Amino acid sequence: MRAPTFQHMPSSTLFWGVVAIVTAFVVVGFASAHHMESAGHWVTGMNNRVVWGVPHVFAVFLIVSASGALNAASLASVFGRETYKPLSRLSALMAITLLVGGLTVLVLDLGRPDRLIVAMTHYNFRSIFAWNIFLYTGFIVVVVVYLWMMFEPRMNRFVGRLGTTAFAWRLILTTGTGSIFAFLAAREAFDSAVLAPMFIAMSLSFGTALTLILSALIFSIRGDGLPTALMLNLRQLLGYFVIAVAFFVIVDHLTRLYGAEHHSLERFILLDGGIYPMLFWIGQILLGTILPAVILMQRRYKTLATTIAAALLVLVGAFCQLYVLIIGGQAFPIDIVPGFSETSGFFDGVIAEYHPSLAEFGLGMGGVGLALLTYLIATRVLAFLPTSGFDSGPSS
Amino acid sequence: MRVKVINLDRTSIASLITLSLIFLLITGAAVADVVTPEVPMGRGAQCVEPIEIMRRDHFEFIKHQRDQTVYHGIRGSKHSLAGCIDCHASKGTEGEFLPINAEGQFCQTCHTYAAVKIDCFTCHATVPD
Amino acid sequence: MSCKPMKKDESVSLAQHRRTFFTQAAAGVSLMALAPGVRLVELAMANSEDSLPSNDKRWGLLVDTAKCESGCDECVSACNSEHGLSGHGRPETDAQWIRKVDLKDEQTGHELSIPILCQHCEDPPCVDVCPTGASFRRADGIVLVDKHTCIGCRYCMMACPFQARSFIHEDLTGQKTHSPRGKGTVESCTLCVHRIDEDQEPACVEACREAGHDALVFGDLEDAAGPLASLSSKTATRELRPDLKLNTGVRYTSF
Repeated sequence: MRAPTFQHMPSSTLFWGVVAIVTAFVVVGFASAHHMESAGHWVTGMNNRVVWGVPHVFAVFLIVSASGALNAASLASVFGRETYKPLSRLSALMAITLLVGGLTVLVLDLGRPDRLIVAMTHYNFRSIFAWNIFLYTGFIVVVVVYLWMMFEPRMNRFVGRLGTTAFAWRLILTTGTGSIFAFLAAREAFDSAVLAPMFIAMSLSFGTALTLILSALIFSIRGDGLPTALMLNLRQLLGYFVIAVAFFVIVDHLTRLYGAEHHSLERFILLDGGIYPMLFWIGQILLGTILPAVILMQRRYKTLATTIAAALLVLVGAFCQLYVLIIGGQAFPIDIVPGFSETSGFFDGVIAEYHPSLAEFGLGMGGVGLALLTYLIATRVLAFLPTSGFDSGPSS
Repeated sequence: MRVKVINLDRTSIASLITLSLIFLLITGAAVADVVTPEVPMGRGAQCVEPIEIMRRDHFEFIKHQRDQTVYHGIRGSKHSLAGCIDCHASKGTEGEFLPINAEGQFCQTCHTYAAVKIDCFTCHATVPD
Repeated sequence: MSCKPMKKDESVSLAQHRRTFFTQAAAGVSLMALAPGVRLVELAMANSEDSLPSNDKRWGLLVDTAKCESGCDECVSACNSEHGLSGHGRPETDAQWIRKVDLKDEQTGHELSIPILCQHCEDPPCVDVCPTGASFRRADGIVLVDKHTCIGCRYCMMACPFQARSFIHEDLTGQKTHSPRGKGTVESCTLCVHRIDEDQEPACVEACREAGHDALVFGDLEDAAGPLASLSSKTATRELRPDLKLNTGVRYTSF
């Protein structure tokens, strides 16, 4: 196979139309952030019991996906899968823009976003959050250098080495993101080492789904479809990754279901917790796992349309999973005095209420918009789009 | 290693000096013309440090004191923000204290003039106890 | 001090030389050791009371649940007025540093009422997780938030096993001079550190005594002769969430 060639995104009404739409999202995002920050967080659904809300669902989704978006590049330069080589530049670009989008949401949700400089100058190295600041910024630097090696012919010989670094880095990064929750010993919904590998599996799955969707988008903006061989390969990968996530979810719940200690938590998430069991069973399991798994495994659904549909379902499942994990995990009351039932004027012993506001969704969508906008604009600035080097048929 | 020396002839030096003098004269005149803010001093006439030093370094003093108080519990020493407010808060027509960060009051007058945002009073009391 | 190349006949003067060296060095070292001490004296003088917070002390509270009355919330109102915690009619987002919780034993039906506040842990999870180090533990065991470096990420609230922290959800005015607090930062019980620094007890303890319950005992956990340690050594006490092994500074007795 010849080395792939690349081009800039040609200007077209369609391209600028899409840019206009995602820009609108960005504007809504910043307006929402401004509203939340000037009024204070009481205008959101977040409160003293559910301290992280929808913005964090979006932020974690984008950050986890960013790591997974690097799949295509890693497969090409670390595992030598030539099929993915045409996508490697776009894949690295996606990793950066998704991460920037996610971090922007996280920062704009802070109580004092104006003190970002404090977060950059004061570190407590016992905090996984502080470590993540380095993991995130370091990841961006590594991937930028990786991209440079890909773009600069004289540097091409280092692509493999940089690819390996980036690959190792993204695994650590996702472990770090999972550990934000896994290290919270005080809350039984989080306190579990399985979260770190589960987050890695989630990153592979969400990232591959986004690679499918965004590549299909960018190729159709240019006027041709996603090459079939590429689509079929990504499709097969996505199938495996959906199963991998399901595996960790099952192991996690089985472990908690076994002893009596976590029965009430499991009852809450799986049976009588209101919106959370609904999101879990219908959103995460049915729409986000079973349906896409069936579509992706069945030979007769091997079309671009069904594959994209499966990828979109995976994303629906992703949001439901993160919502149940992050918000459900906080809504479930902490048992401060085990053996006693607790009542107070401060919501002890009761399920915490959380009603997300529009502004929170606005901020989250703004982050997605920012990721897409930078992704699209970058394709105009540098030659990210592959023009040749595609496999002619399925490689597997 | 040789340091490169710029050689100037007499004419150049003379013109440089003349230019500097003109510049000084103009800016000097300008300084005299500038309207400096009229700051209500509250009851404070004699500050804990000379005025020139306070104008330049008050934030360094307050910041140093803030860490002493937060981390070491040292309270009531002379560079405390509470001390500034105690001394420099003015009273309104009915004898009530006016917030020190209100427009026209001690802190805000100067900060408006210098266009520097104060972050102290998001949290700190703006009138004496 | 100069060191000349040594000759054999100079051995006597060398001994002298050495002595001078040690004398001078000792003077230098003691000066270096004293200088911060002198500084400390100056700082201690600046403080209105005797000393800086030190590791020799560990402030704590003992709650006698037998004396704590259900329905009484004197400690809560005392805290609210001491720190100017006025609500905005939105219980979910209003600040609460101390709250009364009614407990009922799920097996026996035994009921009791306890105040829950920041437990001032020896190994506080909030301090561990804080990315900027704004959550910290003072030398004398009081867990505080340096609101100058708090960025409002709320990770400490995720980590706190006692839900003892509040996030300030709106602009505030009319704060107390001794209790600065403002929008976008996290706060919790300071054990009335401003009072402790002036040798007074926390507002909740005072209020409980004035209400005639005397259910809260404040003191130094390290001072065996003091009220807190001597009382604690005579009775069974427990900490909340003992499974987490945080060694809390607030302990409970009679349950």
